[in-house]
Amino acid sequence: MTENNKLFGILVPIVSVILGLIVGAIIMLFSGHNPIIAYTSLWNGAFGDAFTIGETVRRITPLILTGLAVAFAFKSGLFNIGAEGQVIVGWLAAVWVGLTIDAPMIIHLPLAVIMGAIAGAIWGFIPGLLKAKIGVHEVIVTIMLNYIALFSTNAVIRGVLTDQSTTTERISPTASLASEWLQSLTFFSRMHYGILIALFAAVVMWFLIERTTIGYELKAVGFNQHASKYAGMNVSKNIILSMVIAGGFAGLAGAMEGLGTYGTISVMSGFTNLGFDGIAVALLGANNPLGVIFAAVLFGVLKEGAGEMPTGAGVPTELVDIIIALIIFFVASSYLIRWLLLRFKKEGDK
Amino acid sequence: MDYVIEMLNIRKEFPGIVANDNITIQVEKGEIHALLGENGAGKSTLMNVLFGLYQPEKGEIRVKGEKVNITNPNVANDLGIGMVHQHFMLVEPFTVTQNIILGSEPKTKMGNINIKKAEKEIQELSDRYGLKVDPSAKISDISVGMQQRVEILKTLYRGADVLIFDEPTAVLTPQEISELIEIMRSLVKEGKSIILITHKLKEIMEVCDKCTVIRKGKGIGTVEVANTTTNELASLMVGREVNFKTEKKEAEPKDTVLDINNLYVKDARKVDLVKGLDLEVRAGEIVGIAGIDGNGQTELIEAITGLRKSTSGKITLRGKDITNKSPRKVTESGIGHIPQDRHKYGLVLDYPIGANIVLQTYYQKPYSKATILNYKEIYSKAKSLIEEYDVRTPSEYTLARALSGGNQQKAIIGREVDRSPDLLIAAQPTRGLDVGAIEFIHKKLIEERDKGKAVLLISFELDEILDVSDRIAVMFDGKVVADVKPEETNEQELGLLMAGSQVSKVGGTNDGE
Repeated sequence: MTENNKLFGILVPIVSVILGLIVGAIIMLFSGHNPIIAYTSLWNGAFGDAFTIGETVRRITPLILTGLAVAFAFKSGLFNIGAEGQVIVGWLAAVWVGLTIDAPMIIHLPLAVIMGAIAGAIWGFIPGLLKAKIGVHEVIVTIMLNYIALFSTNAVIRGVLTDQSTTTERISPTASLASEWLQSLTFFSRMHYGILIALFAAVVMWFLIERTTIGYELKAVGFNQHASKYAGMNVSKNIILSMVIAGGFAGLAGAMEGLGTYGTISVMSGFTNLGFDGIAVALLGANNPLGVIFAAVLFGVLKEGAGEMPTGAGVPTELVDIIIALIIFFVASSYLIRWLLLRFKKEGDK
Repeated sequence: MDYVIEMLNIRKEFPGIVANDNITIQVEKGEIHALLGENGAGKSTLMNVLFGLYQPEKGEIRVKGEKVNITNPNVANDLGIGMVHQHFMLVEPFTVTQNIILGSEPKTKMGNINIKKAEKEIQELSDRYGLKVDPSAKISDISVGMQQRVEILKTLYRGADVLIFDEPTAVLTPQEISELIEIMRSLVKEGKSIILITHKLKEIMEVCDKCTVIRKGKGIGTVEVANTTTNELASLMVGREVNFKTEKKEAEPKDTVLDINNLYVKDARKVDLVKGLDLEVRAGEIVGIAGIDGNGQTELIEAITGLRKSTSGKITLRGKDITNKSPRKVTESGIGHIPQDRHKYGLVLDYPIGANIVLQTYYQKPYSKATILNYKEIYSKAKSLIEEYDVRTPSEYTLARALSGGNQQKAIIGREVDRSPDLLIAAQPTRGLDVGAIEFIHKKLIEERDKGKAVLLISFELDEILDVSDRIAVMFDGKVVADVKPEETNEQELGLLMAGSQVSKVGGTNDGE
């Protein structure tokens, strides 16, 4: 029974991805495009040369972190829609430290990264506290905080970091994650060291959740608050802690963008969508750190490769969004896939 | 022979299991027919087949000799089959009449509901079967026993000839049970037939004519109740000899372990439910708390274990004040707690059974060091407890959810007893369990007592209280109203005390030493 569940846990996302790609191909056929050419150009757009590979990795980096941010909160039964806002404040805090502080790299860079994480953590702490102490649903609070983050950050960029400008100066090189070595390897893509931080964060999440008493408590609270209270755990503390750590992961994603990819922060007309994509990543990755990495890789590849589809196959980039939506649809309707798999298995047994 | 209901060689499969395998039950007109089996034996499945909720894979159903195909509950209703559910399906703010006619309302010529006509009919039905129900009373104002009679009336009003009672006595006081038995007798006198689903052997002996036993989904057979004994029924049900009377030595109470003084506790609605309670439990004795559900037992346990704050009063454990301490402090100071609701409080169902074994001790050595869990220690501990307490599970890595109720309970008891607490609180430890598991749990409680531990047992089953306790504290309206010895009392007396009436014979209430 348990082994079966594990098998399904792996099979369902894989089947969903395949079904998403197949249905995407059918849509292309109906709209008069050749899916084989489209998928070939998608592949080339993501892996065609060293430059695109570098850009794909750069795109995967924050998706891993926001995926972890959603997955981690979910382990304690919390739905962190606020990764988006946590990314934005993390980005702002990291760039702020990068711009204003003067220190050698060994201090400056870690400080900027950590400040990004702390800012995200604070953005997670607020809904955690409200949920734990007065029972306000975290979904409502995190959605609101996304907007607060977006507009406050824009105000800070215009009024504090610049003089009514839309983009800050570049951060000092001592706070930059960019690497000349990685850039030279990848024909000057924007790939940076952040991917190492993201992978390390996934290991941290796995270790915390699976190997420590902290994770034991967080998961217990997620599964059954009554039993956790009975067992002597502090339910409020665990809810807050879960949101703080989740916010920290998302804040790191923002720091990756600020310190690695862009080196600046600009006034945003809308959300970055990194946080919202994190929800999809966590869902496809079954809230498991390793699964999150795979899902982030897939989404990063699809999104980066999509850029090549209009020129290579005349297919609009939006089609990739449709495919991603279809994959999520199939994961969400995993019941259907389970049923299908069981049917096939039964037939096979006979 | 005239059978009203015949279910012949019924087989019902679910993916992976056969819930009913070749079961036959034949009910005559005017008889009370018991359907006996352990939990999970397939009683409910069989009755759901009869009621049209499931379709059988094999076998046939005959009503009054004619083969029928019951595709849904409406068909069952039309055939005169009615079900009195264990959990009542009543709309609380509605009156008795409104509830009974719900779904088949009589109309006047104008198209309005003819409530007068309905009330009259219900009154007639009630008088005919001696139900004593007031058709215009609100459901929220009447007792649980009365609500059950409304359920009975509902089936009669819809013209049922065969009534299925699903564990009807589980929620009743002893007085209400004897009244229900009278009602069942008058129903069959009027030509109705009754199928009684139960695992209480005493009731079968008292009221039933025949008894069909099923075990692990298989039909074991039908016996005439007049020609059998409780022991025979029990061994048919379980498949082996069962020991009923719990063997135990005379208790040797020593020093006071738990001492509660003038305790007040409010429930979630801020109403006082424990009102100045005094209680004392000593080492080496089992104190049973008898009482009807809702008289403050739940709040009392929650206050002792730290799950709920008391408003005033004092609780001490071996002289140490534990009033309003956190659950962790209470656990660490030496209390084990087998919670009333094992799914809600006792287990994290989505954790492996092994991880549940360390639910209160995971942060201590050797299960973790500096917050790093030591799975090897955790699962080897789990493995030894699983063996010692005979928890039937494929492995210690199996999710707690996948275990049967009895095995979940054994795991909880293993965990709580293994910490060797000074005081073991067992709240409804055998609720919903079958004879074999009950026997095991009672044995464990007595073993703890014999080791010199104090045991506080809360149960709504008087049999259990009388059988296991060394001293009985009767709880009514938030207080201990009587303190009696099990060998000096009986169910009738306890029932009256639980309902709040004073019994002159009981003198030394609340002496408290």
